[in-house]
Amino acid sequence: MDKKVKCIVWDLDNTIWDGILLEDSAVTLKKDIDKVIKTLDERGILQSIASKNEYEIAMSKLKEFGLDEYFIYPQINWNSKADSVKTIADSINIGIDTVAFVDDQITEREEVAFAHMDVLVIDANDYFKILEIDNMKPKSITEDSKKRRLMYLNDIARKQEEERFTGSSEEFLATLNMKLKISRVKEEDLKRVEELTVRTNQLNSTGYTYSFEELNHLIHSEQHIFLVAELNDKFGEYGKIGIVLLERDSEKYTIKLLLMSCRVMTKGIGTAMLIHIIKLAQASNKQLFAEFLHTDRNRVMYITYKFMGFEDFESENNSVLLKYESEKEREYPGYLEVILDQDNI
Amino acid sequence: MDEKEKIKKFLEQRSKNVNINDDDDLFKKGFVDSLFALQLVLFLENEFKIKISNKDIKEDNFRTINNIIETINRLLKK
Repeated sequence: MDKKVKCIVWDLDNTIWDGILLEDSAVTLKKDIDKVIKTLDERGILQSIASKNEYEIAMSKLKEFGLDEYFIYPQINWNSKADSVKTIADSINIGIDTVAFVDDQITEREEVAFAHMDVLVIDANDYFKILEIDNMKPKSITEDSKKRRLMYLNDIARKQEEERFTGSSEEFLATLNMKLKISRVKEEDLKRVEELTVRTNQLNSTGYTYSFEELNHLIHSEQHIFLVAELNDKFGEYGKIGIVLLERDSEKYTIKLLLMSCRVMTKGIGTAMLIHIIKLAQASNKQLFAEFLHTDRNRVMYITYKFMGFEDFESENNSVLLKYESEKEREYPGYLEVILDQDNI
Repeated sequence: MDEKEKIKKFLEQRSKNVNINDDDDLFKKGFVDSLFALQLVLFLENEFKIKISNKDIKEDNFRTINNIIETINRLLKK
């Protein structure tokens, strides 16, 4: 496994604390494990739990230790841990190959490793080394990474409200008061932009990655329009969740890169960003192309383009050049307020 | 259940919208976000045992329920 870890799934008994909670209610935390958990949290690595325990009892113990809020989608039940790990990855909507699993029992570690080859499995005895593992060191730590857990908690609140909501999905989206701000990438955004290019696999049109220096060059380049999108709603901020890199010459605009965070997959953000670019191209009378590189993960992005009026223009192996072939006037989704920075065009 | 009912049921469940007419523009209705689009394509492929090629993935083939039915029937004949 060479991918950066996005979520660590912890066991509880003899992993986070010494002892077995159901046998001894006075279990004690492993030395300095709270520091490990808090440091991982600051690095923007999400954390969850897969423990065979009684949910209420285990959660109140975590609360007593002041650690309950650090775990999202905790799986405290009697299910197999392989299932719990899968449930957590699915709930967060991340690939299983970005999950790590920590447990003191070799049988549990082997079961998870057997079911999910790509999960990084860690012996709980090595917990103090976790912070030093390369996969646990994000390339950069940004404002967005520090707030990541809170943003996921907001997502959970949104999902709960959506489940209670009785109208259509579109009506629900309208209740969120979503505001999408699109602006030029500035120097202070670069770390987050770099982070998005590294973290995003599904909603990524080409998977091109750029070094910090290259990105810095692109924001000053006359031949490029480099935009970042930021979303918030009544529940709070999603942070900077999408970028698009446009290359321009005298006849055409070419989208080199379009990507957005998986957290906004159901919010029509890709559509809104594409509409913005289509409007830009139409306003300056340029043909619009988009480079696309098929991977085993990004079919969703291809479909997004195709459903927006792009068609295959040339293709070679996995690489496609799409061309926008529609004359249609397109409008932003009605449930979304799009705010454009003045210096946009 | 015939094709139309199956598709309608999928769309209604997914969008929680109960009033979709056969000629409604699904894109205009605004519920075709990225995930919806992917789920729609996967649903049609699985339900009707067809492979929707890159060439056939385009908005005019999926704009309305009637368009979708035409697309499926064309692919089924292949």
